[in-house]
Amino acid sequence: MGMTITEKILAAHAGKKEVKPGELIWAKLDIVLGNDITAPIAISEFKNAGAKKVFDKDRVCLIPDHFTPNKDIKSAEQAKVLREFAREQKLKNYFEVGKMGVEHALLPEQGIVTAGDAIIGADSHTCTYGALGAFSTGVGSTDLAAAMISGKTWLKVPEAMKFVFKGKLSKWVTGKDLILHVIGDIGVDGALYRSMEFCGDTIENLSMEGRLSMCNMAIEAGGKNGIIAPDKITKEFLKGRSERKPVFFASDKDAKYVDVREYNAAKIEPTVSFPHLPSNARPLSKVGNVKIDQVVVGSCTNGRIEDMRLAAKIIKGKKVHSTVRMLVIPATQAVFMQMFKEGLTEIFVNAGAAVSTPTCGPCLGGHMGILAAGERAVATTNRNFVGRMGDPKSEVYLASPAIAAASAVTGKISGPEELH
Amino acid sequence: MKFTGKVWKFRDDVNTDEIIPARYMNTSDPKELAKHTMEDIDKDFMKKMKPGDIIVGGKNFGCGSSREHAPICLKEAGVACVIAKSFARIFYRNSFNMGFSIVESQEAAEDIKEGDTVEVDLGNGVINNKTTDKAYKVAPYPKFMQELINAGGLMKYVQRQK
Ligand code: SF4
Repeated sequence: MGMTITEKILAAHAGKKEVKPGELIWAKLDIVLGNDITAPIAISEFKNAGAKKVFDKDRVCLIPDHFTPNKDIKSAEQAKVLREFAREQKLKNYFEVGKMGVEHALLPEQGIVTAGDAIIGADSHTCTYGALGAFSTGVGSTDLAAAMISGKTWLKVPEAMKFVFKGKLSKWVTGKDLILHVIGDIGVDGALYRSMEFCGDTIENLSMEGRLSMCNMAIEAGGKNGIIAPDKITKEFLKGRSERKPVFFASDKDAKYVDVREYNAAKIEPTVSFPHLPSNARPLSKVGNVKIDQVVVGSCTNGRIEDMRLAAKIIKGKKVHSTVRMLVIPATQAVFMQMFKEGLTEIFVNAGAAVSTPTCGPCLGGHMGILAAGERAVATTNRNFVGRMGDPKSEVYLASPAIAAASAVTGKISGPEELH
Repeated sequence: MKFTGKVWKFRDDVNTDEIIPARYMNTSDPKELAKHTMEDIDKDFMKKMKPGDIIVGGKNFGCGSSREHAPICLKEAGVACVIAKSFARIFYRNSFNMGFSIVESQEAAEDIKEGDTVEVDLGNGVINNKTTDKAYKVAPYPKFMQELINAGGLMKYVQRQK
């Protein structure tokens, strides 16, 4: 019986020839990850368990990205726990403010994660690295603690769903629109406990940035992991970047899927998810007149250089609407630097946008752009739950950087075409 | 393990930001966190509930973030157990790893009403609705998970393996 790419990676890490959906395995991990919210709990459990050393100081990554630069005294205390632990354990992959970026943008960019890896992270969007052809999934702090000690984790081999996209994308349609469309189609639990495999000629032609955005949001459909088989684009991306040797897996022709869905990608419009669930997706043509107060371009979903280029291209020479605040938050320092080099920062600042150092910030309602009651934001982030960006009576609309930038100019949810 | 408590009922897709809003996540002190349990879905929840009460949710309970703060909050607040039609994957895993009881039952989650008094008997795999006198069978945890429970949770299990 054939295996899917996910099953093959899991089998390789469990030291088995074959695994089957539903099977419980112990998998060896290539990378384990924590952040300033989840790692403090894991570190205290690590210590309570009497552990002295992490299993491998090169494979435990701690990234203080959520409430940093420290937003208040409590978050400063949390970040300090990470910093001290990283020093004590001599962790190679601890990134201080100034080098820090949003974890799921940073790890692929720095070549810390690579094709064929098995990765867990105490953050739900750890599923992002599936774009590289890795198995990666989000877990909790106790799992992180146990993995920091043992370098292993227990996993149930997920059933697989396949999403096949065919055709050429329309103008302004990105990976973000594809994944919002899928979540709108299957719902926020449409892939519960399952693996989501994206393929088809549309995906083969999709940039790594677009792929990362798609796999990033697998969790928004309840998925255990999102994954795309490595190809030319993957190899190109990993070249000179990957710290370890990538291993390329692919699904067998006779691999088993519990569900196969085909999409005519050419027909998919720019898509916006209305409050308060990512599954409330609507094509742009059906959005209607939605006035907004804030725009956020950034996060682990859409804070990469391609996203910044797209938003800048649309807003170049225009002004942010007088009733809108626009926040642009590059996901990593490298993205920030590249924005300077390409003159993107200038474009945003000239338009009247605030550009900040990398942070999760407003994405989780942490800091740097919190909404008041009744306010609405268009954000390139991944969650629009009640209270996600501030007051429980505020609203978040999820969209691509193209929609976000156009909306910043018009003051209501708009596509770039409306600017001409 | 056996619990008896009064039921608070919630809808489908209750997410971790509703269980404990991210804005309070600058601490991991369970007592601090527990004050805000369910705040964004029912701001009076902590005033109304009593330790030992039971939450009944719909499908996909605990979706969203991986933060363990969510089950930590519920446990610290004194919620005895959550019954739901289905659980989000990471929430399920976290609850399990930290020894917070959760029970999946489509039927029970559908029938049970807010205010009912319910007894959950994990050992025998039964939920008894004392108010309506109806009983529901629940599937036992898989064997591997029982081993983890017997070891006293994931951390103990890992220590023993070392
Ligand atoms: S950017 Fe948002 S979704 Fe991504 S890791 Fe940060 S808080 Fe989580």
